[in-house]
Amino acid sequence: MLKKVYISNVNCITPLGFDVETNIDNITKGITGIQKHEDKSLMKDSFCASIVNENDVDEAFAKVTSEGKFTKLEKMMILALFPIVNEVEITDKTAFLLSTTKGNIEALKNKSDESIEEAHLGTLAKRIANFFGFKTKPIVVSNACVSGVLAISVAKRLIQSEMYNDAFVVAGDIVSEFVLSGFNSFQAMSNEPCRPYSKNRTGVSLGEATAAVLVTSNRENAKVVILGDGSINDANHISGPSRTGEGLVRSIESAMKEANIDSNSINYISAHGTATPFNDEMEAIAFSRIGLENTPVNSLKGYYGHTLGASGLLEVVIGIQSLLHNKLFASLGFDEMGVSKPINIIEKTENKELNCFLKTASGFGGCNTAVIFEKIK
Amino acid sequence: MEALKQELKEKIIEVLNLEDINVADINDNDPLFGDGLGLDSIDALELIVLLDKEYGIKLLDPKLGKTIFESIETMAAYITEHRTK
Amino acid sequence: MLENKTYIHSTCVIQKNKIVLNGESIFSNEIEGFNDFAKKFYQEFEIAYPKFFKMDSLSKLAFIGAELLLKPIIDPLKENNIGLLFANKSSSLDTDVKYQESISESESYFPSPAVFVYTLPNICLGEISIKHQLKSENSFFIFDTFNSSFMENYANVLLNIKKADKVLCGWVEYFNEEYKGFFYLVSDEGEIEHTKNNIEIEFNK
Repeated sequence: MLKKVYISNVNCITPLGFDVETNIDNITKGITGIQKHEDKSLMKDSFCASIVNENDVDEAFAKVTSEGKFTKLEKMMILALFPIVNEVEITDKTAFLLSTTKGNIEALKNKSDESIEEAHLGTLAKRIANFFGFKTKPIVVSNACVSGVLAISVAKRLIQSEMYNDAFVVAGDIVSEFVLSGFNSFQAMSNEPCRPYSKNRTGVSLGEATAAVLVTSNRENAKVVILGDGSINDANHISGPSRTGEGLVRSIESAMKEANIDSNSINYISAHGTATPFNDEMEAIAFSRIGLENTPVNSLKGYYGHTLGASGLLEVVIGIQSLLHNKLFASLGFDEMGVSKPINIIEKTENKELNCFLKTASGFGGCNTAVIFEKIK
Repeated sequence: MEALKQELKEKIIEVLNLEDINVADINDNDPLFGDGLGLDSIDALELIVLLDKEYGIKLLDPKLGKTIFESIETMAAYITEHRTK
Repeated sequence: MLENKTYIHSTCVIQKNKIVLNGESIFSNEIEGFNDFAKKFYQEFEIAYPKFFKMDSLSKLAFIGAELLLKPIIDPLKENNIGLLFANKSSSLDTDVKYQESISESESYFPSPAVFVYTLPNICLGEISIKHQLKSENSFFIFDTFNSSFMENYANVLLNIKKADKVLCGWVEYFNEEYKGFFYLVSDEGEIEHTKNNIEIEFNK
């Protein structure tokens, strides 16, 4: 019998608040972090994105430390980890995982050896690890848009292999000229806040955030148990998802098999929902293939935009709150069904007894990840 | 028009890294996508960049690409009519 | 955790214009630059997969290693549950730098979608999965240096919890024409025991 692995502490730093409670308050009120921005250093034309106010970050960070020089992303990662690291003793069996897609990519604007060093994801991980005094080698997960959920799955597996007893996982990405121009070149950016699964969607809104969780084999203070997980590739196309949702279907099946449950046990799906037609359609097909077409589903991208390497972990943090508060949050931005296979989109925030949820993500490279969580009673 | 078509073939081979294909292999009316040159969705986006970069044509609706990029013939005709450089 | 014995079934090292497969040098040349080296390999080994030329250098490196280790063991008529576990130091920075150049000057601001997609290190996993039709577990990690104990542990986890039947592990470091590809297939059969020490010995060969 494999060890049970839990999540006990969670936190997040987003435009909707610098702690979980404030985020949940704002989500409940239907407030979005996505706004129209005019910032020529990021993009020539105006654009929609969910951006954390830099002065707020600096102000909060000053309360943590006045030492050292850190980038905005690093400050946000430290702020996310800070309250949860303080509660646990760090040992040489404590892992540190960092999830990101582009890290400090903005350093590349300067062409020097130093800035290349700065842009290395290992450098970022080392800085955060040193700040907290983690004793083990940092593990950076960089697997496109599934990174944040995948990092939880990796932490769980490493604890099950008995390599570690517990793992701090932090995830983050920021809105940079680099990713804005890239998504724009894919003609994938929406000029209004994104509308996942909606007929009237016009594409992705990018966002920035950090999130942190403690994954542990210690049941004390545990909020959820991680029942099963899977990360299976579409083997179809490097930028477009599979039309049949094959990789996602197999990832969910792999997670359900390990969890030893069927689709009826899943009370809620926190989906990827980027609001691009191909992604949303693929997910709807995958969910209905697996018998999850009636299960309440939302995408949190309407609140936060697509926060890339942070999104999976951030959405798990919020999903756990759904279980704890027995609350289904509305899939913000949705109006009319815009996918060919009907799925049960949560249109209004409502109370409902919840026990178990499925988190999924899909991304470039044909990657997919599914993880199932159950509430500790 | 003939010169433009020749130029387009060269540029497409270059920007889309069609290493195994020569200018002589591409006929003016061959379909570029699907069974023809076997281009895919990223190539289509790259052709939109090519129109902008080389001919000053901004394609605001990417769906238009479907008809414009049907063949070298249709592409050349569209560029001739809309080019700003 | 109950563990079955696992083995390093086969290995491949690509560096300094040379490919060594299972300890034997199978291809080398003096040509300058990795891309031309890769092209020569493509021609000599009759790969016949034009998409190869659209890949960035990191993906080409990963593709060649996977091609050499997977081709002999893949049965195209069956499902092959071979997990992919890859890592490197520089992520996709080699392509990132090129992409950054395309957006640095406002007069020549033409971000390329075909380049942007390769600014993610895991794209090489997608390329391998597509070529060999592997609908399997895959993940990409970044470490300062090759982390043999992590690789050993994670590959064993995938096998022990039955998420994969075999695991193709790869270290694919590429930055500024400096590169090293190290690939090995972990399986329940082979002659070299799958241990941290043996992985390191193979890496340093």
